[in-house]
Amino acid sequence: MRIKKNIAVSDTGFIFNPSSGDSYSVNPIGMDIVRHLNQNKEIVEIKHAIMSDYVCDDATFEKDYYDFTMMLRNYKLLEDE
Amino acid sequence: MNKPKYTIAVTGLNAIDSPGPGLAIIRGLKDAKSFDVRIIGLAYEALEPGIYLHDYIDKTYQIPFPTAGQEVLFERLSYINSEENIDFLYPNFDAELYGFIKLQKHMEEILGIKMVLPTIEQFEERHKVNLYDYGIKHDIKVPKARAIYSTAEIPAAAQLYGYPLVVKGKFYDAKVAYNNEQAAQHFNKISAQWGLPILIQEFVRGSEVNVCGIGDGKGNLLGAVPMRKLYITDKGKAWAGISLDNERLLELTRNMVESTKWQGPFELEYVKTVDDEYYLLEINPRFPAWCYLTVGAGQNQMEALVNLAMGKEVEPFKSYKVGTMFIRYSNDLIVDINEFEKISTIGEL
Repeated sequence: MRIKKNIAVSDTGFIFNPSSGDSYSVNPIGMDIVRHLNQNKEIVEIKHAIMSDYVCDDATFEKDYYDFTMMLRNYKLLEDE
Repeated sequence: MNKPKYTIAVTGLNAIDSPGPGLAIIRGLKDAKSFDVRIIGLAYEALEPGIYLHDYIDKTYQIPFPTAGQEVLFERLSYINSEENIDFLYPNFDAELYGFIKLQKHMEEILGIKMVLPTIEQFEERHKVNLYDYGIKHDIKVPKARAIYSTAEIPAAAQLYGYPLVVKGKFYDAKVAYNNEQAAQHFNKISAQWGLPILIQEFVRGSEVNVCGIGDGKGNLLGAVPMRKLYITDKGKAWAGISLDNERLLELTRNMVESTKWQGPFELEYVKTVDDEYYLLEINPRFPAWCYLTVGAGQNQMEALVNLAMGKEVEPFKSYKVGTMFIRYSNDLIVDINEFEKISTIGEL
């Protein structure tokens, strides 16, 4: 899965959906995950990357990762490859 | 090459909490690249803020309310035209449009004033009361609705559509009701202001998206910008909005213009459901108050419409900038009482 092609993502963490007009802000960790998703990385690679940058255990990462991607999906920002 | 200078008269100068489109149109006209303008304001009441905005409006005249009739209006416009030599006129209120459409031919032939307006058939057909049939005729999804003339008819309508439902005025205003008592309250309030009938409409849940555009009367869409309201006032008016990249909305708009051969400006009000279905709530046969967003997004539709009336070649706009926002603001004008006195007594300023 990745962020839909028409969704604008800025380096500051501002996400804009041009077809609905909705906009969102994500924090630096969220921005890192969005960036990894856009590079078509698998969850294992994303976990590795995030855990090397932030202090976090496996279970917390997975819970927060699924929460976050669920939210992105609810907001219709994600598409499956 | 020298640009022509047009004298353009504009109504809808009530830049209030439920604003008329006049000032937005004037801003668009002032931004026009292909002509210069002298703006004549046409006001109904002495407290319309536009009257006192001298940077936007060169001179304002009071005109009679639509209830005075077309003859009185024509007489007043003849006088104003004798002073100002008007090239083009932008009527902007739903309630005044009928009179202006009826006078259109006369105004062009006798006074030389051009307007681009829907035909009387187009105007009547898209009326809120007729919109459901209009949707069937032109293959557009429209929430079911019926016109009622008394609160006694509310329970029957509620039985058909269930609660919540929307209570709408024939020109303006719409309120959501959750039971018979609320519906009756809204009925009384709206009918006191806008008259009868009142429309009872099925409630469609979703987000409101609008399109501001112009049709050339031959089935061609000359320009269209979809917008989503980001901040809505308690009167349901957009206080902020953003232009959208929405091909489905543009397609629906193209189809509507092609099918109806719409002539002139319009605003389409849609509700988008969670299933991505679009229901047409209203067709406003004029520019909306937020129309300056189209200029900001790269389509000066007000300029295009004047050029169309002047017989110039008008190429349809091919694109617009997505993500352009507008944020409305309010301001206090300081006005000398002499100005208020002048417009109140001699009807000119």
